[in-house]
Amino acid sequence: MATLVRTFAFAIIAAFAVGSARATEVPPPFALKSISVELPTSDRTFPYGPGVAVMDANCLICHSAGMVLNQPALSKTAWDGIVHKMVKVYKAPIEEADIATIVDYLTATKGAK
Amino acid sequence: MTASSAFSYPTTRRRLLGQASALGALSLVAPAWAEELANLGLPGGPSERPLTKAFPQKGEMILQRTRAPLLESPFEVFDKGVFTPNDQLFVRWHWAVIPTEIKVDTYRIAVRGHVKNELSLSLADLMSLPRVELAAVNQCSGNSRGFFEPRVAGGEWGNGAMGNAKWLGVRLKDVLDKAGVKDGAQCVRFGGLDEPMVEGAPKFTKSIAIDHARDGEVMLAFGMNGEQLPLLNGFPIRLIVPGWYSTYWVKMLNNIEVLDGPDDQFWTAKAYMIPDTPGANMKPGEKDVKMVPINRMVPRSFVTNFRGGERLRAGAPTPLRGIAFGGDAGVKAVEVSTDGGATWTQAKLGTDEGKYSFRQWSTQIEPAAGNLTVMVRCTNMNGLTQPATPNWNPSGFMRNVIETTHLPVA
Ligand code: HEC
Repeated sequence: MATLVRTFAFAIIAAFAVGSARATEVPPPFALKSISVELPTSDRTFPYGPGVAVMDANCLICHSAGMVLNQPALSKTAWDGIVHKMVKVYKAPIEEADIATIVDYLTATKGAK
Repeated sequence: MTASSAFSYPTTRRRLLGQASALGALSLVAPAWAEELANLGLPGGPSERPLTKAFPQKGEMILQRTRAPLLESPFEVFDKGVFTPNDQLFVRWHWAVIPTEIKVDTYRIAVRGHVKNELSLSLADLMSLPRVELAAVNQCSGNSRGFFEPRVAGGEWGNGAMGNAKWLGVRLKDVLDKAGVKDGAQCVRFGGLDEPMVEGAPKFTKSIAIDHARDGEVMLAFGMNGEQLPLLNGFPIRLIVPGWYSTYWVKMLNNIEVLDGPDDQFWTAKAYMIPDTPGANMKPGEKDVKMVPINRMVPRSFVTNFRGGERLRAGAPTPLRGIAFGGDAGVKAVEVSTDGGATWTQAKLGTDEGKYSFRQWSTQIEPAAGNLTVMVRCTNMNGLTQPATPNWNPSGFMRNVIETTHLPVA
């Protein structure tokens, strides 16, 4: 913090030194304050249906359920592509055998009619 | 957009869970089982999202996703002025490992890679550099994605993944000069304190070309509308890339790496790609389209003092107003049409806060009874005008079609 205070003192002196004509070039001191916050969590799980346990186990690791539930109705091909992207690109630790269950769940609950 | 979806935009309504609605109506404080909802009017839905005040340093926001946070500004915010309040500017994180405690006296920003002197800058070091202040729109690449038809996967935003602020900070150029960029530098890559959830997953980093990084406009901001940034908007330091989409505006910036080759990391080389066509437009299913990293923003404009479906009085002088921005250039003109785009009238422009800022526009109409259609379009200083038909691309990026607001008049 000590160094920060020095910097601000310097800025104030500089502002006086250059006079009002150039005051806009030396903006008023700006103090940053340390912060500590808490982020809310979500306990939302997936709506009941065949495969819901596999969904809850695999699709809530990196993002909360809203990511999936706010999606529009998508084709089975599109859901298959998304689930494979989660595994290949984002390294979702999903068992190969569970992928079909997940795609079926998504197609049944959020599939394009 | 279908007539039905365009006509019903109740901004919020109270959803009462359980059976105690009579009690809820009597109660002044929202009970725990009542939830305010925003309706985004997305074609095919789902359109309803909870409104939340649960996030630190943020006021009422539309909850798109709790973790990693995706929070949208309620659209009413944009009618209050051209600067978006800090507590209501949208929030977007890719990975959920986000530090919740930041100490200003130990925070360091590394400047490294293809430079003469690698640096580890404290916030005091950074703030001792010459300061600049600039108004600039911060807009998600996927703002308005939820209106794409056919629909595409991603953050299903309405129009509120944007905001405008006065950013106070220092020039990236000055920081790079302090380190001394070596000959042959090609681009600069930026990383923040956020980390992936699982091992081996791609950390979120972005890069821009070296000449862009040194253009004197790209900056490291510590101030936002006169205050420090909310943690969720990137406290303590955020990269500001005026005129470019928000994906480049790396939050909690702690790593600046000069590269002597192209950036081959996922988020720049593979994600955030748009078709290399005018307006980033292609046909669904079209093959062999050349893709390039998303870059400069395009003009947009909105009506802010009426929501679609609001009733107007026939023959009454009625003020119309809204906001516009030119993208990577200033606003040259905003025009309004009330006859389906056959004729256009120039709107009056408000104070010019700089070429990257929102600009307010206003006009007055005396609507005749019937169904009024208000269209608004912005032309930027480069002569680029908003298109009459929506663009489409598989990631739902860069929507900027002329917006149409339907208002019944009686
Ligand atoms: C290893 C982490 C991880 C897991 C596990 C994971 N995702 Fe994702 N998901 C991501 C990331 C990262 C993104 C993109 C970043 C963002 O949009 O914030 C994403 C984005 C998405 C999107 C938006 C579309 C897109 O391509 O960006 C959908 C839909 C989605 N995930 C569905 C799922 C489903 C369904 C599951 C369960 C099979 C799942 N995710 C599991 C990390 C993960």
